[in-house]
Amino acid sequence: MAIFVDKDTRVVVQGITGRDGGFHTREMMAYGTRVVAGCTPGRGGQKFEGSVPVFDTVKQAVQETGANTSVIFVPPAGAAGAIMEAADAGCTLIVCITEGVPTVDMVKAWPYVQEKGARLIGPNCPGLLAPGIAKLGILPASIVKEGPVGLVSRSGTLTYEVVFQLTAAGLGQTTCLGIGGDPVIGTNFLDAIEAFNADPATEAFVMIGEIGGDAEEKAAAYIKAHVKKPVVSFIAGRTAPPGKRMGHAGAIVSGGSGTAAEKKKALEAAGIPVADRPMDIVPKLKEIWKR
Amino acid sequence: MNIHEYQAKEIFASHGLPVPGGKVATTVDEAVALANGFGLPCMVKSQVLTGGRGKAGGIKFCPTIDDVRKHAGNILGMDIKGHIVRKVLVTPAVDIASEYYVGMLIDRNTKRVLLMASAEGGVEIEQVAKENPDAILKQSIDPRYGLLDHEAMDMGLRLCPEDVKKARQLAAAMQKLYRAFVEADASLAEINPFIFTPDGTGHAIDAKVNLDDNALFRHPGYEALRDLEAEDPGERAAREAGLSFVKLSGNVGCLVNGAGLAMATMDLVNYYGGQPANFLDIGGSSNPEKVVNALTIILEDPEVKAILFNIFGGITRCDDVANGIIKATQMMDINVPIVVRLTGTNEAEGRALLAKTALHPAQTMDEAVQKAIELAGK
Repeated sequence: MAIFVDKDTRVVVQGITGRDGGFHTREMMAYGTRVVAGCTPGRGGQKFEGSVPVFDTVKQAVQETGANTSVIFVPPAGAAGAIMEAADAGCTLIVCITEGVPTVDMVKAWPYVQEKGARLIGPNCPGLLAPGIAKLGILPASIVKEGPVGLVSRSGTLTYEVVFQLTAAGLGQTTCLGIGGDPVIGTNFLDAIEAFNADPATEAFVMIGEIGGDAEEKAAAYIKAHVKKPVVSFIAGRTAPPGKRMGHAGAIVSGGSGTAAEKKKALEAAGIPVADRPMDIVPKLKEIWKR
Repeated sequence: MNIHEYQAKEIFASHGLPVPGGKVATTVDEAVALANGFGLPCMVKSQVLTGGRGKAGGIKFCPTIDDVRKHAGNILGMDIKGHIVRKVLVTPAVDIASEYYVGMLIDRNTKRVLLMASAEGGVEIEQVAKENPDAILKQSIDPRYGLLDHEAMDMGLRLCPEDVKKARQLAAAMQKLYRAFVEADASLAEINPFIFTPDGTGHAIDAKVNLDDNALFRHPGYEALRDLEAEDPGERAAREAGLSFVKLSGNVGCLVNGAGLAMATMDLVNYYGGQPANFLDIGGSSNPEKVVNALTIILEDPEVKAILFNIFGGITRCDDVANGIIKATQMMDINVPIVVRLTGTNEAEGRALLAKTALHPAQTMDEAVQKAIELAGK
């Protein structure tokens, strides 16, 4: 079991003919993900890697191949449009990897995605990897292992670092999910945590936050009220100066709020241990998790 | 990207907001000439990318030309929270009968633009939010419809219940501000304060706009708004090289792939008692040219006594990354120690390549950070 994906996940890759789209599609296929179609306007009729049909529109891809999930590698200017196209075509899960999407575009796309009833992950995210089930996005398959731990994060490589440590400690994962570093993202911490809490295969989970916004605080309140599973957290950006965007568009301390200290305090008040170093996450999890 | 008050006012004016006339001067004589043109009294306002200008003495009311000369002279060159004033805005002074705050930002929770307004204008909204949160009125804006007439009017009337004419002006200003926000791709837009003169005319007398960096590609004209003199030279060079870089004050230079890992690396340097010199996300590539650019920027800072690479290979191969780093360091003349931590695909091969060089290899993040701090202290 995993969250958001299962064995019936059938993927259309938007931007499959691009350099990054092509590279990561090959990686997804090598992991066993069912990539059934690609979409690049003007490239309809071609085959990707000699086997995956490419369509001009997502609608055609869905009609012809039964795709129900989209993974997007479209450049920033067209990414929000690609998200809406996927939602309109009936994709129920949309994973947007693209970094640098204008925030106003995401604000406009969001109600459209909601009306169509699709789940959006990202943008500016590594996607998700459910070991043994599917890889949607760019998380490296070499570091994961099947098991009972869920992981949700706003980051990319920091996620890999923590997954790597979990795997090295023999703790496999149900799903590793990167929700993205932008201010406006589809699935947020709260959504992911609700899903992990409801997933019978997920016995414990890890939440990797960072400075900016108050999504971690909201998740903490939810966990305190509803979650009995062990949860450990880490917050990146303790030493970030205020008012500076730390790489991710959403990672900024503004007007004195969104600091790592505030988040740590809220999490600890909700009974969630917060690791000081990435290497403390696994020991802390083992400490509170009576298996 | 943050822009100056006078630039924000130009954006506001182009969307029909009532902004008093004004022009910027870089010298006292220019300021005097502008004041003579606009007539007296006028305001001389420092243009720096920070708040608290008034408190620092960077905004002055000038009833006479002598005042303009004196205040412009004091303000030009003034240091406000580390920002040197190079320009002043000279603008006609208006009589203030009442003042309001009107602002918009991106609300991450609703994924919409949030309008905030308050009858406590002219003070920092963060302060109002802390001391008297009930004084801030909020309206979430549905992007499908924009700020509707009745929503804007409702806000206007709640701010100004005694005067429907003023309420209407406030409502119109809010709707124009929303259009400006969306069309300019702002991440923050504030009028603070929006004032009424004793005769009941509204003016946006101060303006603050932050632009969404992600949307600059579709506003080619906005590049000219960037204040290159106010930008840290390292941050400027990094931006031009397509690297994400923030200057800090420590001595351990950090090159990391990924923003989250880069922040965690800085935090870890701090945890072990060291001080990071910077935030730098070098991205996923092992391109030696990118590494050279990053190293050049970091080594411009004479405080840097050691360099720390923290690379989580993931899909990128560690031997590729190691080769990139080795090539880059051979192309340069570097006399500080370099610690390299590589993990991921082909990490053993990567470390074997490093072992043949003067670079210090490390296996874990913690080992690398401690080694870099130790070397920086020598």
